[in-house]
This record gives sequence, structure tokens and C-alpha cells, in this order.
Amino acid sequence: MMRLPWFEFRAPSSVAEAARILAAEGPDAMPIAGGTDLLPNMKRRHQTPRTLVSLRRIESLKKVSNGAGLTLGAGLTLTEVIHEPKAQPYGALRQAAAQVATVHLRNMGTLGGNLCLDTRCTYYNQNYEWRKAIDFCLKKDGGICWVATASKRCVAMSSTDCAPALIAIGAKAKLVSATDERELALESLYNNDGIEYLKRRPDEILTEIRLPPAAGWRSTYWKLRRRGAFDFPVLGVAAAARFAKDGTVEEARIALGAVASRPFLVPKAAEALVGKKLTDDVIAEAATLAASRAKPMDNADLDLYWRKQVAADFVGYALRELRGDDMRGTRLRIARQIL
Amino acid sequence: MKVIGKPRRRVDGWAKVTGRTRFADDIVLPRMLHMKLLRSPLPHAEIEAIDVSRAEKLAGVQLVLTGKDFPVTFGIMPVSQDEYPLASDRVRFVGDPVAAVIARDEQTCTEALDLIEVKYRPLKTIATPEEALATTEPRIHEYGPHGNIHRLQAHEFGDVEEALGSSDYVFEDVFFYEGNTHLAIEQQAAVAALEDAGGLVLYSSTQNPHYLHRELARVLQMPASRIRVVATPNGGGFGGRCDPANHEMVVAKAALALGRPVKICLSREEVFYVHRGRHPVLMKFRTGVTKDGRLTGIHLQTLLDGGAYGSHGAASTFYTGVLTPTTYELPRFKFEACRTFTNKPPCGPKRGHGTPQPRFGQEVQLDKIAEKLGLDPAEMRLRIAVKPNSLTANWLRIGSAGLAECIRQVVERSGWKEKFRKLPEGRGVGLACSAYMCGAGLPIYWNKMPHSGVQLLADRSGQVTALCGATEIGQGSDDVLAAMVAEVLGIGAEDVRVLTGDTGLTPVDLGSYSSRVTVMMGNAAIQAAEALKARIAEAASEQFQVAPNRLEFANGRVFLAADASKGMAFREAIELAEAKFGTLGSVGSYRPPDPPGRYKGAGAGPSPAYSYTACVVEVEVDRATGWIAVPKIWIAHDIGRVINPVLARGQVVGSVYMGLAEALMEEQVFRRLPPKLSNALVHKFPSLLEYKSPTSLDMPEVETVFVEDPDPNCPFGAKEVGQGPLLPVPPALANAIYDAVGVRIDELPITPDKVLRALEKKAKGEEPRVGPEHFPAVPYPEPVVVPPPWEGGDGNAVKGAGPKVKVPA
Repeated sequence: MMRLPWFEFRAPSSVAEAARILAAEGPDAMPIAGGTDLLPNMKRRHQTPRTLVSLRRIESLKKVSNGAGLTLGAGLTLTEVIHEPKAQPYGALRQAAAQVATVHLRNMGTLGGNLCLDTRCTYYNQNYEWRKAIDFCLKKDGGICWVATASKRCVAMSSTDCAPALIAIGAKAKLVSATDERELALESLYNNDGIEYLKRRPDEILTEIRLPPAAGWRSTYWKLRRRGAFDFPVLGVAAAARFAKDGTVEEARIALGAVASRPFLVPKAAEALVGKKLTDDVIAEAATLAASRAKPMDNADLDLYWRKQVAADFVGYALRELRGDDMRGTRLRIARQIL
Repeated sequence: MKVIGKPRRRVDGWAKVTGRTRFADDIVLPRMLHMKLLRSPLPHAEIEAIDVSRAEKLAGVQLVLTGKDFPVTFGIMPVSQDEYPLASDRVRFVGDPVAAVIARDEQTCTEALDLIEVKYRPLKTIATPEEALATTEPRIHEYGPHGNIHRLQAHEFGDVEEALGSSDYVFEDVFFYEGNTHLAIEQQAAVAALEDAGGLVLYSSTQNPHYLHRELARVLQMPASRIRVVATPNGGGFGGRCDPANHEMVVAKAALALGRPVKICLSREEVFYVHRGRHPVLMKFRTGVTKDGRLTGIHLQTLLDGGAYGSHGAASTFYTGVLTPTTYELPRFKFEACRTFTNKPPCGPKRGHGTPQPRFGQEVQLDKIAEKLGLDPAEMRLRIAVKPNSLTANWLRIGSAGLAECIRQVVERSGWKEKFRKLPEGRGVGLACSAYMCGAGLPIYWNKMPHSGVQLLADRSGQVTALCGATEIGQGSDDVLAAMVAEVLGIGAEDVRVLTGDTGLTPVDLGSYSSRVTVMMGNAAIQAAEALKARIAEAASEQFQVAPNRLEFANGRVFLAADASKGMAFREAIELAEAKFGTLGSVGSYRPPDPPGRYKGAGAGPSPAYSYTACVVEVEVDRATGWIAVPKIWIAHDIGRVINPVLARGQVVGSVYMGLAEALMEEQVFRRLPPKLSNALVHKFPSLLEYKSPTSLDMPEVETVFVEDPDPNCPFGAKEVGQGPLLPVPPALANAIYDAVGVRIDELPITPDKVLRALEKKAKGEEPRVGPEHFPAVPYPEPVVVPPPWEGGDGNAVKGAGPKVKVPA
């Protein structure tokens, strides 16, 4: 990696001020919310913003507030999210945040930063000289997608852990700019495009994540990666369900991450659970339905066909955990830690 | 013994954990400049023109160097001096250095690199050994037997075909061991400067300052006496800093040209390009056995993917076979090997140098043999374990050999008898063994001088200084040196000041490679310490009017063996000696015994002693996904004698980690883009994030046992521990997977997708195996024929001069 390129650094203390700077500077400015991904990317010349607008000093982005559900400031660090008492009922979020990178990076990286994480690809996440040796790629500085040479679309992979977890939970995201603010379902924040992967405009700041009430719901997140730390997901499965007293599923959501350029819901798989108890057969059916939507590409760690093959197993782990099975042994083998 | 064998904080431990150790990148000198290298973006090309004029004009740039500034080649082996510090007319892999910019800071260097214009003419690329064998033109190098073959060799010790023909069974297996890199946490750095007297000094994170010193003199065309190489403490070596490297040559030249200090720190990507790591090796074992599991003969063929330069390749090629006969009794042995050139970063020595690959094949095949013969693999190995004080078929002299005890220890502690083939489906145990050398018997360049020298200084202050060319690469050699001197002189290890790895101050030691330092430096240190002790004893004995041999040295005192109350402080004894003899000093040196083999190629493999290891790995395999978990590893190592248990245990656990990493994850692999669209052949992921190696969370519990059977050739009987314990880990893992789910993965790394594929084959009734399917036709030469010791030979060849093989190391 090279050293960081030169940039101007701004550190406003309010969202309004940050939004004004972004509006004035235009697309050459980027917000930085932790920087654990952005700064290495800048060293590889993926992004070379003229101005970085730090969100670190903005206290309002670190707020946690109850209302109908829970509102989490996008500036909370992942470590803060993991240990936030009010967030404990949202199991999937805690498990997802706890499996991001390493403890050091979670101490710096933020919830908002993880949700806006750049898409990843083994042809893209390389230093400048390496990319020069392949004559660059569609995502940055080049014309060909080396993963799928006929593709007109960049297939870089969404690699956020928190997004599928929060989508399964039913979270909404709030975006604020100098001129307006809007709220949208978190799933709608994303495009299935490796380059234009976010619907966030360059002048907008992701300020809050709003979670619906957790009462009656259980949720979980399972992450496939090679090792117990550091690695981005090559498959993320988040599942949430509301159960009747007798164990019948009344409502459910299943979301997948790291198998497309965006995290997404699989409504058909969730519908297969509703009105039923989570028997092995029901779980197997939903797992097959969910896994059929996983479209991994040869641009990440581990064998592509194997990743596709085990998607159903991972959905199964998640649903069995929702059912109340003791999954600690499996979790320990897969995640190398009890979560 | 007061020091040897006692657990102690290593002498350099405090400085390391408090950040006081000065690594190469910590060195900052007045008026220092910085350097960066421009590396080739093409895997194979001719350089038609280089224009550096724009770079030279950039403000802050002091100097731009290119290939024309370096007419002389270098290379660690005298037979393959095939590297230029900067490529002049040809680049051979993505990352081959082409030009250097020296400027006021790194940022300016980087900007200037972008201004250098290089015109390349692309050449056909060679990505694999199979392609190398099939491609006669273009040749990556103009030397070597022919085409893109770097080395070819063949040796036969006894008639192996006859042995196989008369065996009860013959097993034939093909295995593949993927290449991988050292992954030292410190990235290499070097600082060159002019000394006050005008000579050159190079501070560098090198494992082998002596060889680097020689190569610098050659490349810079300067007398070696005007060059001083200081090996800074290495943040891990593992073989990755054994070769003299391009950046070391170029930074030295730049400092000479500018008369100012110049520093270079490699980026992580560059470390992947410098490489010199584990060779990918395809190997074929044909092994004959009797019904009761005794070996009758092995015919081993290996094919190495060498990458773009020779590096240690000539030696690596030997090591893919020569240690095969050192673990078990083997009456006959035939070994054919071939190293090819490819357009990838050069491979070289990594922990175990060339031997982990065939050890993997051999130990997995033994597991298959035991299965077929209905024998317990531990029992079978115990029966055939090599005997102490014996010769092998290829004329290696085995001294102490604690393999059997190692096997007994891991069998006992792991509960092997209750677990093997008895654990529930999905869980299993596997066992494997190994032997390794304690230092190469011959140096890299032919000479009759010592391999290690130690000089001791002592004066009236009571201080003892030990000087040696050996290099502290994290393995603890400074601590071993202090401990050995301290033990002899009866003082504490912390009372010995060590000064190592400085060609301007310390006696020559060949370097930290080949697991040689404890044995060779240790023998030299004891000799020097005994000489100093004799002088001190002579002077001190006069005080008590006894013979010097009636004195004892212990606890910082010199006293009468018969009456400990009569004595003096060690410092007082030194004063007496300094008064009697003048300035005190002593030297010691060591050269290994001449090897018994006398055939061409006999220089690779001999060692003063061999260490032995046995390992049991337990695994859990998920049948639905192939996911692998390793809860525990038991390992017993025949170390001869432990010098410092804290260090020794660290070396074993570190070896287990590295072996497991190679078995499960690590691979230095490459991508070739679609040839219609691109010429690219690039390292798949030159980054610490995507080149996967286990984290602390992925490490199993490791139970370490030392078997101590002191070897008479070794200092206090101590053998090596730095490399040997790595070797049995990968095959033990593969064997455990078979025990768990009944599938054979005959190639490394063993990943869940391969396990699942093998399980699917098993379910379909096919052979439950994933691994290489065939071994290509390789034009091996007629073998050098040498009768084994028990067939009436004298260690000479009786047929076939073989290829010119002068450089065993």
C-alpha cells in the first residue's frame, strides 16, 4: 500500500454543519465515520477525496434513544453497539457487530460506517500497482469486470455484517442533507450494483438507525468466513421471527448478505415459515428457498461453488437457533467463539 | 546445571515488549533519504526503453537508479547467480524491480515512480511446472539443462525396482503441497550509510549477514573489508530473509552514490513479491512394504515450481528428497527431482526447507499402508523407527534418535488407543512423525573454514561480552548464546552481554538458517567459554594454592569444589586473570564433521545431528459442509536437551501454528486473466487480510512434550527445535480427517470444499479422495548410483556422474 494521499480534514460538531460542508464541497468530499475501511482504501487509491468530513465529534450521532422501538445513532462504535444494554433484545445485531473484523477495528469502526461499507472484490481490494498490472477493472479506473468479463455491471460484493442483521430486524435508516431529510427501509438503502451500491447521495449523512419494538421477536445472525476474526463475510444469514406462545411463527424475515452487491430479504423463504412451527422439515424447506437466492461470485475467499452449496446449511443454523436449539457447539466450530 | 534447562525470561525479552528493540525501520540517521522501487507490472517482458527524465526532475528527488547501474548479478547459491539488483533487459514476474527512486521522503518517491516510463515488449508467460516442461521457448533464463527446467537430478541407493518387485505390497500415490509464504510480521527494511572512515554500512533485517556481505562486495565491486553488514533484530524470519535481496543491493549503491544515508521499507505487497517461500511440489511415492509393515524401498519423484529465479532452488530441490530416509529404516531409495522456472515470485527456503512437502506425502502414505495392512499406524511406525547411531541408505549419519519415545509420548497423552478408529463419526485423530537436520553439514559456498565463531571478552568490571555473527530473528539465539557462556562460567545469562550479527565486529557465523545456530554457535561458544574459564581458573587457583581443576564456577562465584566457603566473586577472579595474563579474551569455533557420503550430491542432507518429532491431531469434521475444526494437538519433540524451556516451547507452538496454517489455509497462488483480454499473471492476494493464516481464535490447544536424549555432537546435547516440529502437523491433520470421515485429501491446503467434494464422491461409491490425479513425464537424467552402506558401498557412486552438483547446502 502507498501512504495516504493528501486531503483536507474537517471535523464539524453538528450534523447540520457536516451537511453544509458536504453540500458545499460536492462529490469530492466524503464523510468518514471510523475510517477503518476508508483509510486503507485511500492508501490503495480506491477513493481519493479532496476533503474528509469527520463525523466523530458529532455527539448527536452517538445517541441511543427509546421510542417505539430503539433508535441508534450511526456514530456509535461497533463495540458500543455490542455492549449497549438497550440493544440486547436484538440478538442478530449484537452477533453481527461482534463478528466484524477485530476488536481494535470495532473500537474505531461505527455502525453507520459498516452499513455504508464499500463493496468488495478480489480484483478491486488490491493496491494501485496490482490493479495496474491487470489494467484495472470496471469498479475503478478500468473497463472490464474480471469476475464476469461479459458483465456490464460491477459484481463487487456487499460485505457489511450489520446490514442483513438490521434488515431482518426491520430497521429503517435516516438520511440528512443540508436541504432535506428522509427515512427509508434499510433494505432500500442498497442497489444491486457494485459501484452505485448505495442510494445515499454524496451530500447525505446517515444519522440514525430505527429499530422496531423487539417484543415477541427473536433474531440471529450467522456469518461464514474462513477465520474467527478479521475476515469479511462470504455469506451472512440473518433471521428474525415472532412466535406465538405455542411456537408457531407469526411473522418472519430472512436476509442474506455477501452473496450479491446488496444485502436483501428473501420473502418467499420467510413466508414458508409463517403459520408453522419450526420443524426440521419446515426449516429445510425455508433454507432451500433462501439458499436458492444466494449468487456468490468468484471474487471472494473460499470456493465459490462450496459457498453456494452451504448457504442452506447456514440458513438452517439460524432457524434452529431461533427455534431454541442449543447451537453453541456449532457456533464455536464456525465462529470460533460463543456469541 | 544452573542455567541450561531452567525456564528464564529471554535476554532480549524486556527490550522487545517495551518497544526498545531497534528494528531496521527504527533506524533514523541524520540527512537520511528514502527509497522506493518501481516494480514490473508485467509477468514476462523485455524492457525496450526506460525514461527516467521526468522523475529526476521532480522536486525532492535526489537520484534515480536503473538496471544499467548494476552490471553484476547475484544469487545466494554460487550455481544460480541469476538476479540483477534492478532488471536491465528482462522482467520475469509481476513485482520484479526495474528502477529505484531516492528522495527526501516516501511520498515523493511514490510520485516519482509514476513518472518513470518503461516500454515493455510482452513475452509468453509460464504459470505452472507443466507449462514450463512443455515450453522450450521463450526461456525465462538462459541457463539450466534445457527449456524452462532449472535443475534436474537423480540418485539411486540400491536397486529399488528389484526391492519393489519382491515386496508384498507396492503403494503408489501422488501428492501436492501448495506453495506458501513466510508471513513474518516485520516487513523487510534496510538502511545504508557511509561510516566515518568512508566504508559502507548496511543495517538490514537479514537472517544471513555473512552471505549478504559477500554478495554486496560482488555486486558493488568493492572489497568486502570496506563493507559492514549489521543484521538488525528480525521481526520473524522463517527463511524469508536468507537470500540477499534486491532492495539491499540498491539501497547500498544509493548511499554510496549520494554519500547520505538511505532507507527503504518494503510494503506488505512487496514482501509477497520478494517471497522465497515454500515451493509448490508435486510428488509421487512408490513404496514397497512387507506384510508386517516394514519398508523395502521408496522411489520418490518430485516436481518443483521454482518461480522466476534460482534463489536457494538448487538446495531446495535436494531437500524434497534427501531427508526421506531419516525417519524410518529404509533399505533402498531412489530419488528424482526437477525444479522449473515460472513467471512468479521466486520460491526458496521456508521453515523446513523443501522437506515438509515430501514428509506430507510420506506420512499420509504410511497411514494408507497401515490401513491396508490392518496395523495401528503408531505401532507400525514404532517398529520401523530409525535406530540411533546408524547410517541411512543415502549415507546420512544418524546420532541420537528419540523418535520411538516421541511416538510413545503422544500416543499416551492423546489417548490414541481409545480414540483411533473409535471416535464417533465426524471426529478423528491422526498421527505423523518427522526428522529434521540440526544445521547443514556444508556451507553454501565451498570452504574449509568454521561455520560459526564466538569471541569472548572479559575485563575487571566483571562483564563478559559474547560476540558472534549469528542473527537474532526472534527465535532466541541471543538468549542461547548467553545461556551457554553463562553455564560454563557459572554466571547468570543476564550477566553476559551479547553482540551478534555484525560483520564489522563479530566473528563469522553463516547465519540463522537450516536450524544450525544452537548447535554450531553453541559448540563454538562452549569452546570459547572453556578457554576463558581455564585462564580465570589458573589465575584464581594460585590464591588457594590448588590445581585449577579443583575450582568450581557457579552462582557468580569461583570456589573450591571441596569447600564452597573458600572462594571469591567471579569479578575478583577476572581481576586476578587480567593481572596475570593481560587483556582477557578467547575464541571458539565450530565446523561440522565431514559427511560419510562421497558421491556427487552427498553434501545435501548431512548434519551433526537429527531431531525427531511425533504429532497427534484431533479434528471435528462436519459431514454436511466439510467444515474442519481442530480442538487439540499433542506434539513430542526429541530436542536432545532443552536450553530454555520458555523459548523451546515457543518454537514448538509456533511450528504447530505454521504447520496447521499450511495444512488448512495458506496458499501463495496466482491468477491468470483470460489470455484473449490480458497478459496478466498476478499474485491472487498479496495482503495480510486475504492471504489467510489462522488467528489466535483459530489455534487449538497444544500440548508439548520434550524428549531429552542429549546428542554427543551438540552443545550440552541440545538439538534443533525451530523447524522440525512443523513437519508432522500437515500429514497428521490429513490422517485425522480420514479417521473422522473416511476421505483422503492428498493435497494441501485441506479446505472444507475439498472435504465435501470427497464426501460426495464417497456417497456415490467413487474413490473418496481429492488430490492430484497424475504425475507428468519429467525428463529425469540417468541416476547417480550409490550402493547403500549395507550393500558393500564406501559412499562413492559406482555409476553415473549425474548432473554437476557442487553446491549442496
